[in-house]
Amino acid sequence: MSLKKYKEVIFKPLIEENPITLQILGICSALAVTNNLSVTMVMCIALTTVVSFSNLFISLIRNYIPSSIRIIVQMTIIASLVIVVDELLKAYSYETSKKLSVFVGLIITNCIVMGRAEAFAMKEKPLLSFFDGLGNGLGYSIILIGVATIRELFGSGTLFGYEILPLVSNGGWYMGNNLLLLPPSSFIIIGLFIWAIRAYRPAQVEEDDFTVSKHSTAPDLTKRELNV
Amino acid sequence: MFEHYLNIFITTVFIENIALSVFLGMCTFIAISKKIEAAMGLGIAVIVVCLITVPLNNLIYNFVLREDALVWAGIEGTDLRFVSLISYIGVIAAVVQILEMFLDKYVPALYNALGVFLPLITVNCAILGASLFMIEKDLMFGESVVYGLGAGFGWAMAIVILAGIREKLKYSDIPEGLKGLGATFIIVGLMSFGFMSFGGISL
Repeated sequence: MSLKKYKEVIFKPLIEENPITLQILGICSALAVTNNLSVTMVMCIALTTVVSFSNLFISLIRNYIPSSIRIIVQMTIIASLVIVVDELLKAYSYETSKKLSVFVGLIITNCIVMGRAEAFAMKEKPLLSFFDGLGNGLGYSIILIGVATIRELFGSGTLFGYEILPLVSNGGWYMGNNLLLLPPSSFIIIGLFIWAIRAYRPAQVEEDDFTVSKHSTAPDLTKRELNV
Repeated sequence: MFEHYLNIFITTVFIENIALSVFLGMCTFIAISKKIEAAMGLGIAVIVVCLITVPLNNLIYNFVLREDALVWAGIEGTDLRFVSLISYIGVIAAVVQILEMFLDKYVPALYNALGVFLPLITVNCAILGASLFMIEKDLMFGESVVYGLGAGFGWAMAIVILAGIREKLKYSDIPEGLKGLGATFIIVGLMSFGFMSFGGISL
């Protein structure tokens, strides 16, 4: 296995095949946990860990899983990993785990984990699958951290809780944008991210499902000229 | 009593809409909302699965997992809450599988209409999320039935609305890079802002 292939599986999901903006995977948690950068970081680390290790373990036993019950087997592995992460968070960072509430549990049904298990780990070798999971986890983290930075900086003027733009209410000059503190704003920010990525990589632009035909009722100028 | 149940239902459908206020089940919500028919099929499947799994998980929580829940079996001092996630997802996967076999045998028309959406539902976070929120809210069995129905119905309603908007927007002139996914995200954001206006209502 060449080094180039490892590099490819790690770096491709960052921009070119980003799980959120291209594969439409793992969007739910991207929206609810991004109003605060430190909570977002915890979520990103949790997800990256789960997706890398679930890929590794599923890939290790991929030849022994009967295809008819593979979903349940994958679910069991993923759910066990999530329970470990959840218990660890409760033990060492109780405050954050309260803020994340059900979203840690929902990593189980995060489609990135399931999607990568199904699409990659069931076919490829363990180590390569591990790095694929790592790459996809990082791709997810890039978008989440981007959204959280914008929301926290312009919404409440802080980053990681430290004041960057002093708010008017604290005697500073910056008027916080309350719209960005509301969860729906992250949809719009991700929408704009997608626009930016697709402007940079036009190959990702979606085709129309229809083609524009010539306007049938418009007078055909070429023909008229012939008649005259 | 009836008013109490109605209250839970309305709250779950409008004020705490599982798709547009809590943002669950977003992947399928965005991926399968190009056509109204497909959205409708998926919506019905979600309602059915939610209606079955939420009360079932409520029973499992109250009679097996909760602290001292096994007293009825003569075992005291148990606390199995740490395996709750794995048991809920097991229940959901099993129910989806059973439902698939049942529909295939007895209601083939509905089975064909739902098609690939049924197995997809196992990984729909709206279903697991509904169960987790049910535990967090500490609902009784009767309430959990209504909550399951409301959660499924709210999600189905949201995806049908989104599919309607996307069908209308199909022929509009959207900037190249924003076409498809980008525009959908922004539409969902605006819908969600709209649903926030229900937030002020108290029943």
